[in-house]
Amino acid sequence: MDRYRLHSPLARAKGLGSAKAGFGHWWTERVTAVALIPLSVWFVAALIAHSGNGYDSFINWMGSPITVVMMVLLLITLFWHAALGLQVVIEDYIHSGAKVWALLMARYACFALALTGIVATLRIAVGVWSLG
Amino acid sequence: MSQPPAKRVRPLSPNIQIYRPQLTSVLSIANRITGIFLSACAVFLVFWLVAAARGPQAYARFDALIGSWPGQLVLLAATFAFFLHLCGGIRHLVWDTVRGFELRQIYASGWLLIAASVVLTLASWVASLVIAGQG
Repeated sequence: MDRYRLHSPLARAKGLGSAKAGFGHWWTERVTAVALIPLSVWFVAALIAHSGNGYDSFINWMGSPITVVMMVLLLITLFWHAALGLQVVIEDYIHSGAKVWALLMARYACFALALTGIVATLRIAVGVWSLG
Repeated sequence: MSQPPAKRVRPLSPNIQIYRPQLTSVLSIANRITGIFLSACAVFLVFWLVAAARGPQAYARFDALIGSWPGQLVLLAATFAFFLHLCGGIRHLVWDTVRGFELRQIYASGWLLIAASVVLTLASWVASLVIAGQG
């Protein structure tokens, strides 16, 4: 992938623009956004399809390897995208000493929530697999 | 000079509160607000998975929380926020390809974004209620 194509010709000629991590942040926000289109639509469609179903039906669905893969991908991508988005919001609106703490907490929370969701997903799936 | 330069009160440019809201600015901030709101909803997604992993009783408790009227209200708001952020995100991705920047196009895509979000939210809830009714 030729990343420099995303610069305008003038910007490329001047050699200006982000020399640090700014481009990586912007680009990763897009990478996760594009991935979230199919992943989030799959999730919402699955929730609608399972409307009114109880615990057993939900657990069975979570026992399918495809569901596990999609759910883990969704959790990683969702919380990665959330971490990047929340970071921008905090950087734009918080200018006090709380800024650094807010940045740390948002990042840690996203990481911890993604990991918790993945472990819960695997726990459900292993439970179903050990029965079958 | 009574005060050192660093402490002098500087004039500030007008803040955005004094401007009349426009579709462009409202949708711009809406994308951020829905992003923050959906991040908060993602916490409940994790709680829901944890409840299911803990067993039928914990799952039933979570189900009752979502099934209550405040739960349903938040879920409705989350559905609309999801579609607004999804469609708004797709609009941003189109802009990233340097397309759709004419003023007419920006307003057209803005109204389309709102219409699509409302229609998709209603369609999701109708589909969900119909499927739940059959099951």
